[in-house]
Amino acid sequence: MEAISLLPLMTLLQLVFDTLLGFALLWLAWRALASPELFQAIVLFIAFGLLMALAWVRLDAPDVALAEAAIGAGLTGALLLATLARLEVKNRAKSELEKKHEVRVITEKSKHQTFFFLLRMLLFMVVATGLVYAVLTLPENTSGLAMPVLENLESSGVSNPVTAVLLNYRGYDTLLELSVLLLALLGVWSFGGIPKPYRSFPGPVLNMLSRLLIPLLIMVAGYLLWVGAHAPGGAFQGGSVLGAAGVLLLLVGWRLGTRFVGLPLRITLVFGVGIFVSAGVVFILLGRQFLEYPPSFAGVLILLIEAAATLSIGITLAALFLGGRPEFRRHK
Amino acid sequence: MNTVYLYTMVGVGLFTLGLYALLIHSHLLRKILAINVMGSGVFLVLVALAAPTQGAVPDPVPHAMVITGIVVAVSATALALALVLRVRTETGRAELPEEPLE
Amino acid sequence: MLLSEFLTSVLLLAGAFFFLAGTVGLLRFPDVYTRLHALTKADNVGLGLMVLGLALQAESWAVAGKLLLIWLLVLLSSASVAHLIAKAARQKGIEPWKQ
Repeated sequence: MEAISLLPLMTLLQLVFDTLLGFALLWLAWRALASPELFQAIVLFIAFGLLMALAWVRLDAPDVALAEAAIGAGLTGALLLATLARLEVKNRAKSELEKKHEVRVITEKSKHQTFFFLLRMLLFMVVATGLVYAVLTLPENTSGLAMPVLENLESSGVSNPVTAVLLNYRGYDTLLELSVLLLALLGVWSFGGIPKPYRSFPGPVLNMLSRLLIPLLIMVAGYLLWVGAHAPGGAFQGGSVLGAAGVLLLLVGWRLGTRFVGLPLRITLVFGVGIFVSAGVVFILLGRQFLEYPPSFAGVLILLIEAAATLSIGITLAALFLGGRPEFRRHK
Repeated sequence: MNTVYLYTMVGVGLFTLGLYALLIHSHLLRKILAINVMGSGVFLVLVALAAPTQGAVPDPVPHAMVITGIVVAVSATALALALVLRVRTETGRAELPEEPLE
Repeated sequence: MLLSEFLTSVLLLAGAFFFLAGTVGLLRFPDVYTRLHALTKADNVGLGLMVLGLALQAESWAVAGKLLLIWLLVLLSSASVAHLIAKAARQKGIEPWKQ
């Protein structure tokens, strides 16, 4: 009896929670985009990412929540803060001059400001109304692709539907996504000119923390990879945890030994894409379609591809955090 | 008013907020933040619409798409940040000029 | 209501109270050091109580163990991060609040 009478209360509480979360998300996004100081903006953005992870949990998307917490909040935040630190190092000398400049610009601007402000507001009202209209007029109660995915889950080799979609049904997406990650790193490397990464003096606490956390993070990455076959987790979540371990190592001041910077690093970076493509090509040679796995050993194959992808994703993310190309002393 | 519509509207709000900030701010780092917020809005709409109506299983395809999207977003962000640093080295500032181009 | 459910409710509410106290401290305390103190101490206790309450409802020992592990990790990281933030603030020359 008690359980039944509590049900409407629970629904109400959930609605209250969802509403609060929705407003918190909007408020944090607004503050992150409008706060005068960049450091503050980035910290608020990280908080926004963490609340997004909470929203994914509320929407029954634990896989996305894991990816968001590790990548969206963690690694993006680390990248932004590292860039800000590099900008500020160069900034210190002329910040006074720029501030004067800014003040001048603002006073000059105020003539047409009101008019343009109203125009902008009008424009954004139109955009927002259009989007709301578009979303509200979407057909309701479409079953989407949930049923086809679940019906064919047997033959995919894994029992977590999200992993099945990522690695089997829509393997192309994942393959191209790994390529995008690799291309981004190539882009970052080819800008070169980034000066030596700032020296860090970790101190005993950070040192000890890294010693305790890094083995654990590597283990968690392996666990997420393994568990992804039948529960939330998988290559991207595992890879981003591995990337976090790499970021921590870089923060403590560890650098890859010169012996490994050249070919070994590059091979590790392309390992994921390489295994993925070769698995696809092998099946073309065997008379099947590209990336069409036979159901009998699809599970093993997916685990193999995911393991390679996890390693590559982790190393690529850490390399993106480092910024420039690691020193390559053999040439100089 | 249910959960799906609530989160879809939040997603639309985030997208518009991000678009607004993208256009009015001149600092490149803020533009990158704005694009990330816009992306989060799109992801929220996608996943909210995939949520089950009554206790059924959610549609896994948008979930997989959003995971892909998050990784692509972080790649793009890293590349954009490297570009900002390069712009800074070349021009000495990380902002677009405030004055209208003539 | 079962005894374990009752205990869980009490523990979760107590945990929420500590989180609230930590947040009030974060918002009301005068400087970075006292805020860190409020946040890390109160929130660690709050999370511990919540983990305990949820562990009572866990289906197996493995789940309870994972919950405990989460708490230990948060303890480790929040203690270290509090130290690092305080050190950074100190190096920046922020004086501790007196009076």
